[in-house]
This record gives sequence, structure tokens and C-alpha cells, in this order.
Amino acid sequence: MLEIRNLHVEVEGKEILKGLNLQVGVGEIHAIMGPNGSGKSTLAQVLAGRPEYTVTAGEVRYLGKDLLEMSPEDRAREGLFLAFQYPVEIPGVNSSYFLRTALNEIRAYRGLEKTGATDFLRLAKEKLKLVEMDEAFLSRSINEGFSGGEKKRNEIFQMAILEPKLAVLDETDSGLDIDALKIVANGVNKLRSKENAVVVVTHYQRLLNYIVPDFVHVLFDGRIVKSGGKELALHLEEYGYDWVKEDSWQNTDAVAA
Amino acid sequence: MSQAENYIDWYSAQFELFQKNLNGKAGSPINQIRQKALASFSELGFPTLRDEEWRHTDISPIAAGHFKLAQFRPAFDALRKEIRSFTYGDPQMHQLVFINGKYVPELSAAGEMTAGVTVSSLAQAVENQPRLIEKYLAQYARYASHPFIALNTAFIEDGGVVHISRGTIRTTPIHLLFVAHADAGDFVSHPRTLIVAEESSQASVIESYIGLGKGSYLTNPVTEIVVADNAVVDHYKVQRESEEAYHVAVQQIYQGRNSSFTSLSLSFGGALVRNDINAVIDGEGSECILNGLYLASGQQHMDNHTLIDHAQPYCQSRELYKGILDDQSRGVFSGKIHVRKPAQKTDAIQSNKNLVLSENARIDTKPQLEIFADDVRCTHGGTVGQLDPNGIFYLRTRGISEENARKIMVQAFAGDVTNRIKVTELREQAEALVNDRLARRTA
Repeated sequence: MLEIRNLHVEVEGKEILKGLNLQVGVGEIHAIMGPNGSGKSTLAQVLAGRPEYTVTAGEVRYLGKDLLEMSPEDRAREGLFLAFQYPVEIPGVNSSYFLRTALNEIRAYRGLEKTGATDFLRLAKEKLKLVEMDEAFLSRSINEGFSGGEKKRNEIFQMAILEPKLAVLDETDSGLDIDALKIVANGVNKLRSKENAVVVVTHYQRLLNYIVPDFVHVLFDGRIVKSGGKELALHLEEYGYDWVKEDSWQNTDAVAA
Repeated sequence: MSQAENYIDWYSAQFELFQKNLNGKAGSPINQIRQKALASFSELGFPTLRDEEWRHTDISPIAAGHFKLAQFRPAFDALRKEIRSFTYGDPQMHQLVFINGKYVPELSAAGEMTAGVTVSSLAQAVENQPRLIEKYLAQYARYASHPFIALNTAFIEDGGVVHISRGTIRTTPIHLLFVAHADAGDFVSHPRTLIVAEESSQASVIESYIGLGKGSYLTNPVTEIVVADNAVVDHYKVQRESEEAYHVAVQQIYQGRNSSFTSLSLSFGGALVRNDINAVIDGEGSECILNGLYLASGQQHMDNHTLIDHAQPYCQSRELYKGILDDQSRGVFSGKIHVRKPAQKTDAIQSNKNLVLSENARIDTKPQLEIFADDVRCTHGGTVGQLDPNGIFYLRTRGISEENARKIMVQAFAGDVTNRIKVTELREQAEALVNDRLARRTA
């Protein structure tokens, strides 16, 4: 489904991703863990198509297509979804209007009919239950005045409406109390299917107690330096990232030598 | 001959012509005011960039233009169709239509008559309500110190007069529609409007200024609004002059005790636009709200000057002006809040926010607080910015095209002002006008 080969990315002239490789298959859940500054969020943003991030080398294939050639909106229309680490507040834009516009642009791209206001409302009400959010939310401006937990739940709600094939969750767990974390995880699990895939980017192992990954990768200094099963996350939780760093340095030295 | 002498001679000659057509009413009290106002205009002359209040707005094209008083009266049948989309559908609404400054009863709608509400043209009111006119007209807008008020006052002839008697509540808006028909050639109109809400009354008034046809003209309206003790007035202005029009307007508001005045000014049209809104809060416990939205594109120049004069204690003022500037357009905002020494406990908040969509557009924004009382709360803030790229990216990651994302963001910016319009038909019209403008941009 997703194949990243030797990805190099610069942000404001500084190289953040330095040859990242990753393969995600249909139906899989991958966790990408790593210390702060390792490039986790850059990876998530670059997949969504953030214009300020420059890809200097490598390629990303998504469903057999060149993802990097696509505009952010086309990526979304092709079924890619990024749950933002810091969801953006947009004052004055009604949440319901926004989401219906998004859904209908995606449907138009796929040659489907528009969803009318009534049908959308029915759909929205159903999906709101999934993240235990109040209906009043629909008439509020996007993320404006939302608490941290509300913003993250809103990301999952949007994901539920748009039904992506590949969802990238960028630190959706950070800053959440345990109740909100369970709601978010539960939402993701319910949306999981054999046809879609999820990439969970996180700093902490905690979320992975609730969203159980098939694969865990450790991102360090712009590269994936370790990959394994879910037990790798537990190891990281216990020993931290320092052993990875040492390992990584050794690897680098070895390469240099 | 200098330009100043040139235009003063021009308007003096126009004034003489105007006087000749008064048919024996040259000795009336109103004509004495006209003559004084012309003398003031001759003394003041048009402002230049050296005048502090005009330093960002160059009105020399107006001074250089030879605008005549409009004589042109188009065929009403054809006009009726043309103005339909500028009127409102509510059959209860009084709608007075003026063509090139003159009231046209054939195109107007009487609306639902209510006791205590008098809506008429100024020419009628001078005949039928002389005491009202004598008491209020030209008593608030000071022609001795403002050249455009002076010019308007010198040529006072017609306009709207709204009188709401004591205790009368009129929630259905009263619509005054001023149509400039550019086929009249280089012409000027001086619409003069008087709105008087007596004690404990309530009224809502919409003033629209629209331009039909192509050609250059000057609209120079002056509106005086008196909000007596405990009265409530909502005032809307919709300015949609044609592309080559000059529009220089003054609204002068006088508020009594425990009164409430809300103004919402929408500027869409015109080549060179200047709005002065001056409110004097001369009674305790009153509230003054000034909202505005201006959309400028192409070469448009839009200048909004507001002044809130807090003369008495325990009053509140709120002001929100938002601008969207595109292409090579230019915006000016100057908001003065003047708090006099007795006006303790004044609570004033002012905000001017601008969205600049093009590198060549420009806005000059200047808040001015002049505070002589010591126990007040006055704040002001101004912003000039582009569309938030994070917001646009966020919308795009949900499948919304870049074009629509930009549109949604601009609509939201304007919505902050248009959402405050309480008249549904007007609010929808304003939203449509914002969308129209955006559609033209991306077309």
C-alpha cells in the first residue's frame, strides 16, 4: 500500500529525514516510535504533502502511484488521512460545513454523488458517538476553543467520516488523559479493517496498549534504525531510546569505517 | 487659476444655478443654511494630503472633476427591473428609492404603515414636518469644519427622513435606496438623510448606495442620526457604487442617555471611497457599536474613518472593522476614540483586522486613543496578514481544493462581520456579495 524508499527531506535548509525506508501493507498497523527531533512528525507531514517540506531524494509509492507528485487534496481524495499532532484552529468555519465540503470533494473525485445535508447530518451523528462527542460540536468553528482532548477526538471523528485507506496518526496520544486516550484508540480500532492500514506515530508506548501494532519501527536521526514486532515497543518503554542511539552510532561508525 | 479657485468657482456657479431653480423659496430657513454652508465650503476648500485626516486619501480627482447636479431622469419602467435585485422582498418594509439624489415615488414601496413611524423624502418633510427639520437638520453634522459636509449642506435638496416617535418600536427595517445612474454623465448627488429615534423608540434603517451604468460620478451623502434617551437604532449601510464612482460619505450620530446605536457598514464598490462615521455619546449608560467590512480589489481605494466621542460616564463602545484587500487596492482605517474628562468608567474596545491577498495591495491602519478621564478601559488592536497557510494546508489534507480552501478562509474572515447582520435578507445578500467577489477573483 505504502512504500517509502530512501526518503530525504529538508525543512528550512536542514535535512531531517536522511534516507528513510518503510513498507506498509494492506490491513497492517505500523507504529513509528522515536525520540523528539528524530523526524517522526516530518515524516507524517511530508506524507500529507506539506508544501514547506522539500523532498531532496527518494520516492514514495502509494497504491502504486507516485505520492510525492500529488497535491495534498489529491492525496486525501486517494484515501490518505493525516491526524495532525497540532490540529489547526480555523475561526469562522463551521465544522459541519467544512466536513461536508471535504466529503463531497472526495466523492466528486471518485465519481460519486454528493451527500446531501440531511444524509450528512445522519452520518455525522453516528460517527460522533464513536468518539463520544456532543452534536453541538458540529456547529462550532473548526477546533476553535477546543481542549487538547477535543481536538484529537475531532481528528478521529474526521477520519471516521472520510474513511481513509491509509491513516497516519501523528502523536494523537500526546497530551491525552487515559479516558480520552481510550476513546481515541477505540475509535481507531473500530475503523480498522482488512482493506485499510494505519501508521501510528508516537513518542510513548502507552497508546500501543490500546492500538496493537503488527510492526514497530524506531526512527532515529532521520532513519529507521530498528524494526520489530510489538515487543519492541515494550523494550523501548523499559530501556528508553538511549540504547538505540548507541546502536545507531555504532552502525554509523561501522558504515563510516 | 489654481485648482482651488477653479473648483470653488465651479461649485459657486453650480450653486447659483441651483438657487435659480428654488422657485421663490430662496428665503426659507433651510436656504439660509445652504448659503452658510457654501460660504464654509469656499473657506475650507477640499482637503489635501497635508490634512492629517486625509493624508492617505488623495481626493484630487474629485477636486479636478467638473461634476454637475444631476438632471437626468431615466425611464422608470426600465429602471424598475434594474433595481429589483437591490430591493428587499419583505412587503412590510418601507423602501424609498432615489435616483441621482431625488426621490422617485413611482419606484418606492410604502410598506406597512405603523402609527408613530414617519418615513418620507426630505423634500416632503421640509413641507410637512417643518418643525422636525428645523430642530434636527444640519444641527449635528458640522458643515463649518468638514468640506464634504459643507458641500452636501450647500446643496441639500432631497434624501430620506425617518422619524420614530416616542415609545414606538419598528423592528422591520426601513430601506433607503440611492441609485446613481451613470448615464447622467459627470454628475454629483448630495443625498441628505435624517433619522430621529425619539425617547424609548426603536428602529432599523438600511441605506444602500448602488451604481448603474458606466461613467464617473460623485455621491456625497450626509446622514444625521439622533438616538434619544433609551432609544435603540440599528443602522446598515451597503455601498455598491459603480467602478468609476467617487463616494465620500459622512454619518453623524448623536446618542442620548441609555441609548444603543449599532452601525454596520459594508463597502464593496466605488473607485475612491471615504466613509466618516462620527458618534457622540452624550448620555450616561449608552452603547455604541460600529462594525464594518470593506472588500477592495483592482485599483479601488477605500478609507474608513471612525470617531467615537465618549462625552459621558458609564458608556460602552465596541468596534470591529475588517478589510480584504486584493490586487493593487488600497485601504485606510483610522479609528479614533476620544474620552472626555467626565466620561469615567468608559469601556471601549476597537479592532481592525485586514487580510491582504496580494503583494501589491496595501492598508494603512491607525487607531487613536485620546483619553482625558482616568478610570477607563480602552483597548485597540490592529492586524494585517495573509491567509493562514496552516489553515489552508489543513483544509487541503481533508480533500478540499486549494482554491476552495482559500475561499472558505476568506469567507470565514468576512463572516465575522456579516454574521452580525440581524436582517436575514441583508445578511444573505452580504454573504452572496462576498462570495461573488471571491468567485470573480478565481475566475
